[in-house]
Amino acid sequence: MPGPVQSIERAAAILRLLAQGSGRLGLTEIANSLGLARGTAHGILRTLQLVGFVEQDEATGKYQLGAALLHLGTSYLDVNELRSRAINWADALAARSGEAVRIGTHLQGKVLVVHHVFRPDDSLQTLDVGMLLPMHATAIGKVLLAYDANAAAALHDAVQDGELEQFTRRTVRTHREMSRVLTTVREHGWASDVDEAGMGEAGVAAPIRGYGGLVVGAMGISGATERICDPGGRPRPDLVGYVRDAARAVSRDLGASRW
Amino acid sequence: MTQRYVMSIDQGTTSTRCILFDQRGRLVSVTQREHKQHFPRPGWVEHDAVEIWRNLERIGPEALAQAGIGPGEVAAVGIANQRETAVLWDRRTGVPVAPAVVWQDTRTDTLVDELSRRPDAHVVRERCGLPLATYFSAPTVRWLLDSTDGLRERAERGDVLFGTMESWLIWNLTGGPDGGVHVTDVTNASRTLLMNLRDLDWDPVLLGFFGIPRVMLPQIRPSSETYGTARRVLPGVRISAALGDQQAALFGQTCFHRGEAKCTYGTGAFLLLNTGTEPVASTHGLLTTVGYQIGDQPAVYALEGSIAVTGALVQWFRDRLGIISTAPEIETLARTVDDNGGCYIVPAFSGLFAPHWRSEARGVIVGLTSYITKGHLARAVLEATGWQTREVVDAMNADAGIALTTLKVDGGMTSDNLLMQFIADVLDVPVVRPMVAETVSLGAAYAAGLAVGYWPDLEGLRRNWHRAAQWTPAMDPQRREDEYDNWRRAVERALDWIKPTAGRARP
Repeated sequence: MPGPVQSIERAAAILRLLAQGSGRLGLTEIANSLGLARGTAHGILRTLQLVGFVEQDEATGKYQLGAALLHLGTSYLDVNELRSRAINWADALAARSGEAVRIGTHLQGKVLVVHHVFRPDDSLQTLDVGMLLPMHATAIGKVLLAYDANAAAALHDAVQDGELEQFTRRTVRTHREMSRVLTTVREHGWASDVDEAGMGEAGVAAPIRGYGGLVVGAMGISGATERICDPGGRPRPDLVGYVRDAARAVSRDLGASRW
Repeated sequence: MTQRYVMSIDQGTTSTRCILFDQRGRLVSVTQREHKQHFPRPGWVEHDAVEIWRNLERIGPEALAQAGIGPGEVAAVGIANQRETAVLWDRRTGVPVAPAVVWQDTRTDTLVDELSRRPDAHVVRERCGLPLATYFSAPTVRWLLDSTDGLRERAERGDVLFGTMESWLIWNLTGGPDGGVHVTDVTNASRTLLMNLRDLDWDPVLLGFFGIPRVMLPQIRPSSETYGTARRVLPGVRISAALGDQQAALFGQTCFHRGEAKCTYGTGAFLLLNTGTEPVASTHGLLTTVGYQIGDQPAVYALEGSIAVTGALVQWFRDRLGIISTAPEIETLARTVDDNGGCYIVPAFSGLFAPHWRSEARGVIVGLTSYITKGHLARAVLEATGWQTREVVDAMNADAGIALTTLKVDGGMTSDNLLMQFIADVLDVPVVRPMVAETVSLGAAYAAGLAVGYWPDLEGLRRNWHRAAQWTPAMDPQRREDEYDNWRRAVERALDWIKPTAGRARP
């Protein structure tokens, strides 16, 4: 078994230290208290600051516990904040792919549409922000199921006796079938739905990640199957590439470094 | 090497951004850096022009790196900038002689009062199309010349240069003290109170009226034309456009025909209506301004309704009250309640702009009861933007003689769905967001690309415009009228607060 990770131990000690007394300490005080080099303490504090667990007072330079610690139990990224951070990349994705773009998050076993960009052909379309989509029949939903354990659990709870709701004959029917699909999603890093939510409709989606790789939502395109898929019925690789690039760009903006 | 991209620099009130666009007007990379807002005294708002230049030095190369390209692949760069903010700097050292005075700054209150009482004060509106008000540049320059020791003499000797932000950045990009080009464009110049709206040149009468030496002013050029080549930050790239940010948004929204209008929601909000090649004088509190000028073609004019505080109210809610931690959370909080609970906020932080022009007004929150929660306040914050838009649209419909049928919107606040729906509801017309929400940057890029032949013509640009979202009015007409009436009564309560300067700056 691997030993404890030293930097995490030190980070925990810094948090405990800040949680005591006045709760506002300078870099030197923190470094001295824990017997760390200033540079080491500074590196850990900067990381804790990035993830929101520590805040630095602009005027005094002192550190204190961050608001994110108090809200650990609630959703860590506000959906309106997510839309605001993603809006430019969602527009760019719609422009490049020529298809409608949606961003979804998990809400009680469904996909909540938090952002929607029209297909750029200036045809009449209706904004469906706030709508709920089925998780198991949409690419966005499958991404959430694949990467968000809570979403998967919520779907399980909602459908206890076996069969998932069928929209077409191609809708995923059972949990066993779904877990095979989700394994593939995790292998490839993206999901699709082809004639599963409705005949002639298809979609491709990829995860949006925040700090540390936590999946905070999914972003995808959807449109007519004949446009999204090649003649063999597989999503076109160029479109998949656009979706993944856009989702990665949003993830980068949100602080996910490795993806 | 093929020049595949155009860059825009959007030097805004709170941040500077660099964006690369491709030929279809699609966003390729974005970098951004905020700068500090300094509030040294009540009513004063300053920026550090050097900080802004340093930010550009950093984010320009970052934008290229993000796209994985070198400056050789950039066909041209265009600048859109916060308007009216005045920078005065030393021609030899390149160092600003004072902090940049931001358009929101009201330090010239008394000076503007004095000037508007002069018998010849009517020349201002007649010649430049704008009312005498604190937020245009000329009173600021005059104030700085009067209140800084020896500055007037240095300016008259030609040692001190004036410019709005685009002039400052172009001068620095093209070499600064070492051969920097000192230019501005017609749209920015039209906001100084010093340019003749028909001649499009500095007006000697206005220069005399404000007591500003011509030698310190930049040369006025079209909005879309190559001014020079960058020697720093983006070496070798042609600098081919400059527009005030609102005019850039009008251009980016491709409002090239008379009667087309857009509203940009940022710190403040600005509604501009293209009125064609003739300036239209307003009788309802709007400004007459230059929309754009392409090369040697005739200038296109616009009517403008400006609202001082929209996004700034959300920022105040976030930064000064600390009720939310990010601006988009205002929507989350507002959605915790179904309506405003009878509460209205009139954000007259530095007076009310169009169509009221009451600089003595100050902000009020009315309708407070023990029932009101922070959710109701959040609603009232968003609704203030909606009602202020309604007032400007009413004025514009009256001046232009035709009713607006659609409002094209852009800017950061368009990501707020609750607000966009509310605007559609109170205007009773569809609100449309284009595919590229960054129309300010896009407009600057379009104008720059047009100047160097990267895009052939305006129709080509128009084909790049696509609808990304549309909000359709859904409010009950009776409720709309009742709420509008409440709003107007709230506005009445904001008036006549600051004494004794009531009624100034009414156009």
